Amino acid sequence: MTDWVEACGVDGVDEEDVIPVEIGGHQFAVYRSPDNNYFATDGFCTHEQFLLADGLVMDNIIECPKHNGRFDYTTGEGKGAPICENLKSYPVKVEDGIVFVNVGG
Amino acid sequence: MTSLDHIVIVGAGECGAAGAAALRGSGFSGTITLIGDEVLVPYERPPLSKASLVAIDEPEPVTSVHGERLADLDVDLIAGVAVESIDRSLATVRLADGRNLPYGRLLLTTGARARTLPIKGGEQALTLRTHDDALALRNQLRLARHVVVLGAGFIGLEVAASARQLGCEVTVLEMAPVALGRAVPTAIADVIVRRHIDEGVDIRFGAQATAIRSSGDGYVIDVIGSTEPLTADVVVAGIGATPNVELAADAGLECDNGIAVNSLLQTSDPNIFAAGDCAAAMSELYGGRRIRLESWRNAYDQAATAAANMLGSTEPHQAVPWFWSDQYDLGLQLAGLFDAASEVVARHRSDRTTVLFGLDPEGCLVAAGAVGSGTSVAKDIRVAELMIAARSQPTVDELIDPDQPLKKLLRR
Repeated sequence: MTDWVEACGVDGVDEEDVIPVEIGGHQFAVYRSPDNNYFATDGFCTHEQFLLADGLVMDNIIECPKHNGRFDYTTGEGKGAPICENLKSYPVKVEDGIVFVNVGG
Repeated sequence: MTSLDHIVIVGAGECGAAGAAALRGSGFSGTITLIGDEVLVPYERPPLSKASLVAIDEPEPVTSVHGERLADLDVDLIAGVAVESIDRSLATVRLADGRNLPYGRLLLTTGARARTLPIKGGEQALTLRTHDDALALRNQLRLARHVVVLGAGFIGLEVAASARQLGCEVTVLEMAPVALGRAVPTAIADVIVRRHIDEGVDIRFGAQATAIRSSGDGYVIDVIGSTEPLTADVVVAGIGATPNVELAADAGLECDNGIAVNSLLQTSDPNIFAAGDCAAAMSELYGGRRIRLESWRNAYDQAATAAANMLGSTEPHQAVPWFWSDQYDLGLQLAGLFDAASEVVARHRSDRTTVLFGLDPEGCLVAAGAVGSGTSVAKDIRVAELMIAARSQPTVDELIDPDQPLKKLLRR
């Protein structure tokens, strides 16, 4: 069985932005970087469970919409206070204008 | 300055804990002693008026991320002991248990305390500042039918929202004609007030309590201009906070609605710094006046600046004030200071949320604020915060046009 699940169309997320995508009851955040690559992470901040898709994307960084915690969304790595846990990231592929997320991680 | 092998931090709230973490993050390898008069390790205060009150099971304090790591950071925490005095000539602090601790640098993060009601019987009103306060209030709210909240500021309204969620009848009395004071534009305060009214809260403006009397298991509250006194099972006062400056003032440090610090967060004694709710800091961003902020973000931001400058940097504190409040499912966010604005303009977004922007006489963006569902206003307010820091001068037309991405204005 495949873990690749359709998340959105390539235009479903703006350049240098993020959208929330729920797949099988799990919240994901799907990102489009300034150089037009796509990435996916868990949808909630590891600090206090806020919806990351409400946060600001600048370059390869997503900021938590509440406490300003930062992650590199291309790797999930936490970038300083108040974050102490990295964000889980998921492989992404684009086929025929559709963004797929490997939800098996 | 004295030798720098021992830094003492007085006040083990989030600011003190963040200061300790920032010192280690900057490579300081000397001794750090963090002293707090509460028994608990440093914990987050924002949940106290919200999640802690409505929790089904008795809530545990949410320890600050840094609080859990104090041991890893090799910080000596002295909890449950007050600091009685500072001897600046000897560079020592005297603790309530008789100990004297020497310091090379001293950071004061003494915070603020809830203001008490200066009326007859005012001591019977509960206030909210600490985890213990929240537990006491939560336990009473669970048994209460009618709650009277004095003050329609952030704490008062957050408590009102929590009490409604618990099923209490809630009456809010506010002396002023509007909620949330001068810091919040009326258009934003109105959205929040309307929501409280929709939720069944009885909010009365221009209403002042003059006495609280015990009556059976509850209270009777006399209100000016009202023939009928109010009855309540629980009375809560949310009428602001007083900065804890006594330790600094007794040591001869300059105080001015807070411990007066320069833009480096240094007091009138170069070896002593202050940060967080207790500090009135010179703001270069806001026209060279002293500003004291009571907010979670400011506690972290100032802790970082103070830590760097205690170690010899000379970086002025530049962070833009930023604040949030959650009531029901509404989230308010504010960046900058609306009292610095001479013109306020509105952007009406397609989701029916309004974002307000404040411009100063030179056309610089100095404030932004909005209230919407959850964290839906976060992106706009965060970009506005970066624009304020950059002293961005957007035109009014650009600001009010919902199709004009703010990020584009930031980057040009």
